[in-house]
Amino acid sequence: MLRLLMRPAFRLVPDGTRIRFMRGRVIGLATSAVLSTLSIALFFYPGLNLGIDFSGGVVMEVRTPGPADFGVLRGALSGVGEQGVQRFGAPDHVLIRLPAQKGAAATEQAVKRVQTALEKAVPGVKVLRTDAVGASVSAELFRNGLLALGISLLMILVYIWFRFEWQFAVGAVVTLILDITKTIGFLAITRFDFDLVMVAAILTVLGYSTNDKVVVYDRVRENLRKYRTMPLRELIDLSINETLNRTLGTSMTVFLASLPLALFGGTSISGFAWVMLFGIVVGTSSSIFIAAPILLYLGEHRLRRDTAPPKQPAPARR
Amino acid sequence: MMYFSRLKTTAIALVCALGVLLCLPNVIRAPAPWLPWHSVHLGLDLQGGSYLLLEVDMKAVVKERLDSLVDSVRTALRPGSIFYSRLAADTEHDRVVLRLRDPARLPDALAALKPLTQDSVTPGVPDLDLASTPDGTVTLTLNQTGLTQRATQAVQQSIEIVRRRIDETGVLDPQITRQGDDRIVVQLPGIQDPNRIKELLGRTAHMTFRLVDDNAIPGAPPPPGDELLPMQDNPKVTLPVRRRIDVDGGDLTDARAANNSQTGQWVVTFAFDSNGTRRFAQVSSDNVGHRFAIVLDDKIISAPVIREPITGGRGEISGNFTAQSATDLAVLLRAGALPAPLTVVEERSVGPELGADSIRAGAISLLIGFVLVIAYMGIFYGLFGWFANLALIFNLILMLAVLSLLEATLTLPGMAGILLTLGMAVDANILINERVREESRNGRPPLAALEAGFKRAYSTIFDSNATTFLAHVMLFIFGSGPVKGFAVTITVGIATTLFTAWMLTRLFVSRWYVATRPQLLPV
Repeated sequence: MLRLLMRPAFRLVPDGTRIRFMRGRVIGLATSAVLSTLSIALFFYPGLNLGIDFSGGVVMEVRTPGPADFGVLRGALSGVGEQGVQRFGAPDHVLIRLPAQKGAAATEQAVKRVQTALEKAVPGVKVLRTDAVGASVSAELFRNGLLALGISLLMILVYIWFRFEWQFAVGAVVTLILDITKTIGFLAITRFDFDLVMVAAILTVLGYSTNDKVVVYDRVRENLRKYRTMPLRELIDLSINETLNRTLGTSMTVFLASLPLALFGGTSISGFAWVMLFGIVVGTSSSIFIAAPILLYLGEHRLRRDTAPPKQPAPARR
Repeated sequence: MMYFSRLKTTAIALVCALGVLLCLPNVIRAPAPWLPWHSVHLGLDLQGGSYLLLEVDMKAVVKERLDSLVDSVRTALRPGSIFYSRLAADTEHDRVVLRLRDPARLPDALAALKPLTQDSVTPGVPDLDLASTPDGTVTLTLNQTGLTQRATQAVQQSIEIVRRRIDETGVLDPQITRQGDDRIVVQLPGIQDPNRIKELLGRTAHMTFRLVDDNAIPGAPPPPGDELLPMQDNPKVTLPVRRRIDVDGGDLTDARAANNSQTGQWVVTFAFDSNGTRRFAQVSSDNVGHRFAIVLDDKIISAPVIREPITGGRGEISGNFTAQSATDLAVLLRAGALPAPLTVVEERSVGPELGADSIRAGAISLLIGFVLVIAYMGIFYGLFGWFANLALIFNLILMLAVLSLLEATLTLPGMAGILLTLGMAVDANILINERVREESRNGRPPLAALEAGFKRAYSTIFDSNATTFLAHVMLFIFGSGPVKGFAVTITVGIATTLFTAWMLTRLFVSRWYVATRPQLLPV
């Protein structure tokens, strides 16, 4: 038994693969461009489902004694100006949205009206959570969210620029922007509430995706020193192949860690986890099919300024 | 690379032991009060409670300052018999404007007004700009320093008053902190329905005692120096009240709700400090037979007739109170008036049931995720995977230890952060393992492969974690509420990951190598 545990039981990818990823660079870039364009279109129509963090307003989460009867609930609340009554996870959990009210007193009254109306229609109903966000705050939260996103991108750009070359930095940041647009498209399709937690999710995806790119780039940088005459195209292919087990392995562990959150984490956190899962898939594939080709285009002649023409055959690996 | 001096080994072991020790407070209660027993706090989203974001009405602060400035200007110009027309506060532009009848007296006026600019919060830094035009128009504008000073002062005072009011209600462990320039965050653990507290905070509770002007003609516009104020019980009834404040609620030392034994009504009894007692005595002796209005936030609570001079500095307010409203008023009067009105701009309340649900869901996800990651590492990396798993457990312990030390708040997104750290933490080990394996396949003997593997993986680990670190520091700075908790756990997680992957795993592997001297690495 112990002996069995000692050795790795499986490998994700066999050793010494020589997959020529750069052959797919045009298809990769084109697919990515199409998906990102579609995502941007989705961002404008139908747009994101703004949560109250960013839209302002009131959200109440209530629990009904039995499975909720939405007809009764909607009927009871029709007089108080609700903006949506929907199931929230379990069948007896209901989320009620109210539009932004003018001032705290109005908000309080609106909440009270909903409570009274609910208690009349469904006796024994319980308010589990009330969130009210004023319009001034929501605009500010949105601005801060965007600011965090922008500054993070800038810092990643500067960091990679310092540690690598500018081609790497530009490649990484362009890829990250493409990743973000796709994530936004995902949010637009799935209709998850876009709120502060989602900004956190996008930033996490960003961090994870950068992490992934850095590992591949790191190997490219190392190989650039090691194989001074290998054409950049082959060198990038080699680097991706060499790091493939790690890239997929780490994606697997983060995926495995996020999966239970998506399935059992409860409604408020599962949206976050689904975005993470999507981001892992996008981030991993973009390391190989987007970030690497961009580096190839940008670095074709620049990263190899001091060496012989790229026609020479690559030296055999040890 | 693979050699550990005895000192280093001991140091690493000590750090791990310390981590375990620091985690203990989360599991067992403090055995003695003198121990520094820090533990992780549960966020309001997990334990239930209310979060209120209050905004100080800065316009009101500025308006009050301008109004008092108008008074000061009047007082300053009186001795020199400098006449003027149209003295008014211009709240739009944060200034007071007046026009001299005789432009020739401009130098005198400026000289008389000059001392006003010195009257600021910090001595020596004027908070007013004094300007004039040749036609005799003088403007006193609050400058940026002045505005900022007033704002800071108003928020600080407000926090103090808010704290006193909340303490009076007996809420356990309320957290009241400042946010930004004009906001106050109030966190109330265990309070699901914050309406009573919102009501308490929603009133400035500025109480004044002023004379009712008996000479004013009912129905006519009030004479200058008077204002018409509505009665609290019946807003349609108004009384002309002098603007001049005879005694201020700030001079109160105590206020209590009581039941008047004669009438059976609820009243609020109060006591003045020496200053208030003196002024109250003087006003009441000078005005026997007149009506004295007790005004709270521009509403008259009651306006009794003064029957005899009140010299003891004590009195009672009656005004159709219930037990609750009398108690509330007493609380407000004891705690003092807010310098400006507060508005609730954000409110989040979570019931304890939902909190418990969230904890359960988070814990289940954490457990399953942990098992999945451990199993993956064991299956795909064998012995070295198990080393990584052991390091992962210590990683969790150290993370919890640091979070406890910081007395960090664990929120639902924070729990997600821990889970993500689990996934990301093994990345360092995967990098190392893959590297060692590669070096070993390239024909290096075991020790050399380990040496090279760890060494080369290190720069990659550092670079990849540095970028993630940067992204989350940004999130911490710009995020708010639960998102901050998420950023904290991830940031702490990266630090502990670097330690465990770099030190602990390497130590395990090195010990194992020394003990077994393998011919071949099980990678």
